[in-house]
Amino acid sequence: MKAAPFTYHRPGKLEEALDILSRVAGQDGRIIAGGQSLVPMMALRLAQPAHLVDINEIASLRGTGVERQTLVIRALARHADFHQPALTGPLGPLLATVAQNIAHYPIRQRGTFCGSLAHADPASEWCLAAVTLGGTVIARRRGGAREIPAGEFIQGPLTTTLEPDEMISAVHLPVPDQTGRFGFYEFNRRAGDFAPAMSLVTFTVQDETVTQVRLGVGGAEETPRRLSQVEEALNNKPLTDAQIRMASELAASLITPLEDALIPQDYRRQIVKTAVRRALEAAQGSRHGQ
Amino acid sequence: MTPNNSVLGASVSRLEDHGLLTGQSRFIDDLQLPGTLSAAFVRSPYGHALINGVNTEAACQVPGVVAVYTLTDLQPWLTDTRMATGLPSNSFRLDVNPRVLAADEVVYVGEPIAVVIAASRYAAEDAADLVEVDCEPLEVVADCRAALLADSPGAHRKLSHNLVAAFDFDYGHVEDAFRQADVIINESFRLHRGGAHSIEGRGAVASHDPVTGKLTLWTSTQRPHGVKRVICDLLGCNDDSVRVVAPQIGGGFGPKLVCYPEEVVVAVCGKLLQQPVKWTQDRYEYFLSTTQERDQYWDVEIAVDNDAMIKGVRGALLHDHGAYTARGLNVPYASGVALPLAYNIPAYHLDVYAVLTNKVPVTPVRGAGQPQGVFVMERLLDRVAAGLSLDRAEVRRRNLVRKEQMPCRKSLKLRGGTEVILDSGDYPATQELALEHAGWAAFGERQQAALEQGRHIGIGLANFVEGTGRGPYETVTVRINPSGNILVATGATAMGQSTQTMLAQIVAGQLGGDLSLVSVNCGDTDATPLGFGGFNSRQTVVAGASAHAAARAVRDKVFRLASRRLEAAERDLEINGHNVFVKDMPDRKLTFAQLARAASGLPGFKLPVAESGPGLEATESVVIDDMVYSNGSAVAEVEVDIDTGQVDIHRFLIVHDCGRMINPALVEGQVAGGIAHGIGNALFEWMGFDDNAQPVTTTFADYLLVSADKMPALELFHRESASPFNELGVKGVGESGCLPTPAAIVAAIEDALKPFDVKLNQAPLTPAVLWGLIRPAPGISAPEHWRSPGIDTAAYRKGVLL
Ligand SMILES: Cc1cc2nc3c(=O)[nH]c(=O)nc-3n(C[C@H](O)[C@H](O)[C@H](O)COP(=O)(O)OP(=O)(O)OC[C@H]3O[C@@H](n4cnc5c(N)ncnc54)[C@H](O)[C@@H]3O)c2cc1C
Repeated sequence: MKAAPFTYHRPGKLEEALDILSRVAGQDGRIIAGGQSLVPMMALRLAQPAHLVDINEIASLRGTGVERQTLVIRALARHADFHQPALTGPLGPLLATVAQNIAHYPIRQRGTFCGSLAHADPASEWCLAAVTLGGTVIARRRGGAREIPAGEFIQGPLTTTLEPDEMISAVHLPVPDQTGRFGFYEFNRRAGDFAPAMSLVTFTVQDETVTQVRLGVGGAEETPRRLSQVEEALNNKPLTDAQIRMASELAASLITPLEDALIPQDYRRQIVKTAVRRALEAAQGSRHGQ
Repeated sequence: MTPNNSVLGASVSRLEDHGLLTGQSRFIDDLQLPGTLSAAFVRSPYGHALINGVNTEAACQVPGVVAVYTLTDLQPWLTDTRMATGLPSNSFRLDVNPRVLAADEVVYVGEPIAVVIAASRYAAEDAADLVEVDCEPLEVVADCRAALLADSPGAHRKLSHNLVAAFDFDYGHVEDAFRQADVIINESFRLHRGGAHSIEGRGAVASHDPVTGKLTLWTSTQRPHGVKRVICDLLGCNDDSVRVVAPQIGGGFGPKLVCYPEEVVVAVCGKLLQQPVKWTQDRYEYFLSTTQERDQYWDVEIAVDNDAMIKGVRGALLHDHGAYTARGLNVPYASGVALPLAYNIPAYHLDVYAVLTNKVPVTPVRGAGQPQGVFVMERLLDRVAAGLSLDRAEVRRRNLVRKEQMPCRKSLKLRGGTEVILDSGDYPATQELALEHAGWAAFGERQQAALEQGRHIGIGLANFVEGTGRGPYETVTVRINPSGNILVATGATAMGQSTQTMLAQIVAGQLGGDLSLVSVNCGDTDATPLGFGGFNSRQTVVAGASAHAAARAVRDKVFRLASRRLEAAERDLEINGHNVFVKDMPDRKLTFAQLARAASGLPGFKLPVAESGPGLEATESVVIDDMVYSNGSAVAEVEVDIDTGQVDIHRFLIVHDCGRMINPALVEGQVAGGIAHGIGNALFEWMGFDDNAQPVTTTFADYLLVSADKMPALELFHRESASPFNELGVKGVGESGCLPTPAAIVAAIEDALKPFDVKLNQAPLTPAVLWGLIRPAPGISAPEHWRSPGIDTAAYRKGVLL
């Protein structure tokens, strides 16, 4: 469990990091942020990058900020930065609720939001949040940047559209309506485990009916995604118990569940159904989250 | 200062704490001798394969690499290529001792093939990646049930079958019992236990002194004396030229009981290279190469009369033995003994088949097969209760061994041939106390009320009796040094269970009660040449007895000498701390230092007390053949989330009796740890292998241990039935917590799921398995581990074997 040899870079400026990345990209050069996914893989020699570009010294990449109705989550924003609401309104508590479900306390002190997107684990809570909330990934390379909708960015398990010489400098999340409600539920066997199913839902309530429904499912398929059929079935109707039941059953029928030695497909469908139902119930019962 | 009489039986703080809390305790990886080289092993990627060749050329080129060895390179230094580590038994039909390194055939994933020695572990692993092993995969034996079928391949190429051993338990008139029974209940069980997963894995450091010619091996083992025997024999050394030391050990829990290939290889390399060599096992290697307990399949039936009185139990047990005999038949043997211990069962027959598979060998994990025996018995009794519409506790009440039967001779023999005699305890009273604390009688109402709110709660009960204190002896030396401190040396081995504190309390109980004077040297073959070590919940009983006897002998010497010097009768003397004084005259005193100096003698003068001999020292090896039996009753209360199959343990309580407690806090620590392990076995721990016997759970992300959020607050209660079989009245406690736990939890889950009428005959129970049992969706085939277990004895009979 010792990593294979690699060259270590620790630039202090973003430009410098992009420079190095452009040079080493061809030799499996990689960014290291929190190291909470990369280091275990290197210890098992499943990843053997020849170069590591450590971005932890780059002050301009730290933390989060709100700019014109957008929450900017920079590359070094840690999971723990969301323990307290990062902004007022429903999005802060939403992200705080989600963050509590990621790994364990020490891991949350190091692991990053942007690193989670770059890593694209099917069970990443942040990937589900970014996709469901309509986030945008800012991919930067030496001399340029592009914006990629989170839903297009994540291609499959541990696969994204990021080029080897690009890094995620930030992820942007639109700040929702102040009256928005949300619910999140994930199932796992022990606190902190990667979840085999989770669901995040947001909507606003107008005259007893729900509108602007966003409903995402993560952990259960190769990538997290919004289920637009379920959203449509819920939109512009009162959120009754019967609607919740219908929506959870519809969600379960729409997914193509992952399968592994411990979690057969029909069971995965069952816990998706449960997660969607409980996320909707949480949203139903709360103004600002759970 | 603690007065004499209160140190024994008190929850004093541990001798071990200071070193552990200040980071001064030295574990294997902390031992860093000058010039130490690192070892990394090249391991089999296949469950079963031929080795056509091993190419080490590229590996040898890696900077920092000192040597790469295969068996061929080491063979000139070894007297044999196989390691005799198992206990003898005439039930063996096949002789499959582990190899030091595999040379022409590998029989499990992770079996060591070659070793790389380098300046650092990094370089060693870089080079190990470059060793090319030319393997030709062979047919794999991945399932111990299929392994017994006539057409199964052999787990070893040269073997025509896989039945490594067969034996039975048999007493009473079993046929009659079943013929005369009013009710017969027949069940099949599939029980799985994973590994032990001590925080510290295995590891060893070897250092050869060219001047004295002595080889020292520090190794993370539960049995330094056992390791020394294997090393001496394989290296052809005499006993004086090898020293094996178990330093601070970060947990053992069973698997560190056997000597492993890596220990032998590290020892040989240290000698060959004349430089210290260290190997520290990482967790991945632990999963691959440290022994496990794994699979048992049981087909059993119980015969009872209409009053639920047990007439007999019979059946068969199929036990996954793994690829080699690393310890012997003790796990299935202990399963078979554990089943009938707590109850009056007039007739018993169990056929036991130990079966080779292409998996890492099976040896005991905390509990050593006993939790499985308990599980089977307890589940059968729950079925009897259901069948006769009786309360589950009532069925047990009628059949438990009663107090007035003690000492109760069972018609069973221990593996060494001695009889099983339950020494003491009041099993029915233990159960009653547990039921009372649990509110057993009122639970039905709570369950009904919960159900009306759509919540599924359940309660389960399990009793156990554990054989502890395996003999024959453990040597203990007690010495008061001329500097006044007390040294205790023993072959007993501490692996985190506070053995030092326990022995110090027993010794201090005789010698003044000041624990700060006592130091305990465990697990060093030079300090104590004869010894067995830590396993089988034995050391408090066996080493405790010798410590008690040796301390008393030293106390006698102290009094004899002090009585002459202080001119007082021995009966008028007392010891407090390091002072020996005349009762009520604290100024007429001598210190331990003064007495020990006097007892050492002066050149040309007579010894002060000729009949005591020189010094204040005694060595005792109290021989103990009969085991002593701890018992207990556990009650679990759970809630099942029927939408996910998730189980929450709301309450877990145990009433526990391990005789007289030397230190109640340590007893509670042991019981709590055992329960945690038992919860793991009930709900989490699953060592998975695929059809090619490739392990699929090789990190703690896949192999789930119980985590803090899944541990209920434990409710521990004690009874103290002093054992009449040893002077201290003690019984062992290291394993007992895990014995009743899976049975109680699974019973509680079954109770919670009464509305679904499920039968739970397996452990562990994962949420997916449970949900599958609650809602088997038509048309969807359940994965293998859901399917109902069962030994197809008829099919095996068609084979040549049975
Ligand atoms: C025990 C344990 C449990 C965990 N449980 C969960 C869980 O429940 N849910 C969950 O979501 N995660 C979980 N994680 C993973 C954790 O959240 C990681 O922190 C996260 O997935 C990756 O973030 P990181 O900053 O640590 O990335 P790193 O480990 O540093 O990097 C991961 C990958 O992303 C790349 N990368 C990182 N940052 C950037 C960037 N800015 N631009 C481009 N590429 C980048 C790296 O090159 C690497 O390939 C767990 C981890 C552990 C050890």
